Amino acid sequence: MTVEVARRPRRKGGGAVAIRSLFWRLPWLRTTVLLAPPLAWFVVIYIASLVLLLITAFWAIDPFTTKMIQAWNLDNFRQILNEPTYLRIIGRTVFMAALVTVTDAAIAFPFAYYMARIASRRVQTILFAAVLLPLWASYLARVWAWILILNHSGVLNWSLQAFGAPPANVAYTDVAVWIVFSYIWLPFMIIPTYAALERVPESLVEAASDLGARRWRTLRDIVLPLALPGVVAGSIFTFSLTLGDYITPVLIGGGTSFIGNVVYSNIGIANNVPFAAALAMVPIGIMAIYLIGAKRLGAFEAL
Amino acid sequence: MIDGDPAKKAALKVLGVRKSYGPVVAVAGIDLVVDEGEFFTLLGPSGSGKTTLLRLIAGFERPDAGRIELGGRDVTSVPPYLRDTNTVFQDYALFPHMSVAENIAYGLRVKHVSRQEREKRVQRALEMVRLTNLGGRRPNQLSGGQRQRVALARAVVNEPEVLLLDEPLGALDLKLRQEMQIELKQIQKEVGITFVYVTHDQEEALTMSDRVAVMANGQIEQVGSPVEVYERPATEFVAGFIGISNVLVRDGVRFVVRPEKIRMLSEGEPAPPGMVVESGEVEEVIYVGMSTRYVVRLERGEHLVAVRQNMDALGDAERFEGRPVRLAWTADHTFVLDKRR
Repeated sequence: MTVEVARRPRRKGGGAVAIRSLFWRLPWLRTTVLLAPPLAWFVVIYIASLVLLLITAFWAIDPFTTKMIQAWNLDNFRQILNEPTYLRIIGRTVFMAALVTVTDAAIAFPFAYYMARIASRRVQTILFAAVLLPLWASYLARVWAWILILNHSGVLNWSLQAFGAPPANVAYTDVAVWIVFSYIWLPFMIIPTYAALERVPESLVEAASDLGARRWRTLRDIVLPLALPGVVAGSIFTFSLTLGDYITPVLIGGGTSFIGNVVYSNIGIANNVPFAAALAMVPIGIMAIYLIGAKRLGAFEAL
Repeated sequence: MIDGDPAKKAALKVLGVRKSYGPVVAVAGIDLVVDEGEFFTLLGPSGSGKTTLLRLIAGFERPDAGRIELGGRDVTSVPPYLRDTNTVFQDYALFPHMSVAENIAYGLRVKHVSRQEREKRVQRALEMVRLTNLGGRRPNQLSGGQRQRVALARAVVNEPEVLLLDEPLGALDLKLRQEMQIELKQIQKEVGITFVYVTHDQEEALTMSDRVAVMANGQIEQVGSPVEVYERPATEFVAGFIGISNVLVRDGVRFVVRPEKIRMLSEGEPAPPGMVVESGEVEEVIYVGMSTRYVVRLERGEHLVAVRQNMDALGDAERFEGRPVRLAWTADHTFVLDKRR
């Protein structure tokens, strides 16, 4: 008896069926309904604020009242391009971002290589935790930890003294900024590099060795080119994060300004939001160029 | 049987080689001699150790015990990049960031062969596998069959002492596989390189090989020419793995009768003189295109498979289903199994 009942087609609610069949007939409708809320959120919060920034950059400020005037002009950009100070700051920031990226790539590659291709499953898990764990700690706490290390009476000098070496005054210099940036963004380089290295099939490495290539040759000819998109993907993070950061230079830098610091002081101190907006467009422009280059190198397939 | 032809030079010698992974014994003591210019096949089901043996020869794995000699030189502890072997991998392992020509030239480039010589040899290799115009393509722009050819060309171009092929046709469809079997064999004859070929496909092994080693559980069950291993299987495993085996026990002797050697006598047909005749009943009729298989239950309880070519008109086969038949075979065509196993 029960079998009989189960076999009979179930009667469904009329309205629900109509909507379901409508979705089935028009697949795009389903996608639209599904994506509308997050898409709206993205447009309002993310894109709109960027557009606002772009618009503000073309406005001016009243020199007496320091009020924003909606007068369309290119003065802000002209000021950035004509003032050597600003160009120097931009140059310094880009150089720092590049230096941090290269440093991170140099540290991350061997580390990720070991993680992806040599370490056992267990060690791999431990290393993964070690890489990700610092990301759970506060950014400020991590920078402060480095102040404790690099300080005049910090761990670094204490260790140097123990070996009888002269003390190094690293804290509050650009070198300290470089070290701390490299440390803070390192996980963002390791993870995509690891992912790319793990995807290089072992049989390709074996094939190269079968054809006569030694370890280093195989690394250079096979593994490195195939993992390069992952490194470039990681560099997108390290480069852009360094380009926009202003906290680390303030906390541990030697008073030299980076783009982020100038933007910050123009909003907070000078209250010149249009100029800050124009200056903020600079890293966005640089990143746009960087991303085009990265796409050419296949970095987006590696993400 | 394990030894090659004493008149020929040995290209490869495997002596007492063992390899285990933890408690799993992959290769349990193998001795093997492959002659120069021979097409030698390692045939066995998955897990029989044939791929491990190939990887040991290539140098990707190190044996726990035993010796491997290539062209008379002990290479047991020589790394793969210094061994005079080249491998055609099951998944082809073509370098995706290099063109077809660059892939083929890679081995020569690593060995510092001059650019001119390299180009000449790559061109020859491309001609050999009939891909002359595809040198500039990337591997992902090729079909499965074309990739297979590139993998072959990349290995052959180095003219190794021994070429190792790990189920190279496994990923191709039946038609292409059969074409490639013939082509591979032709190429092997042409270049004269020793081939060690791993496959689980018994038909492939019989079609292409000069000699076949049938493997099971990390050991070699039998080594011999295709005719030998098919017609005179040494063990029940070999008999069962290569073709359909009908194992019978009569008067305490275990023996094999191949299905195509059995004649099905129709009712009233007299038995030819000198043939063994047993009666039974057709239990199943399986149509396989070129031929039809009959599963017959003998009066003594065993099942035998008989095969008949489909020379008759369609639908003829069904008339046997459920009918009593008599099966006849010549004692000469049976083969007594090694009693030790």
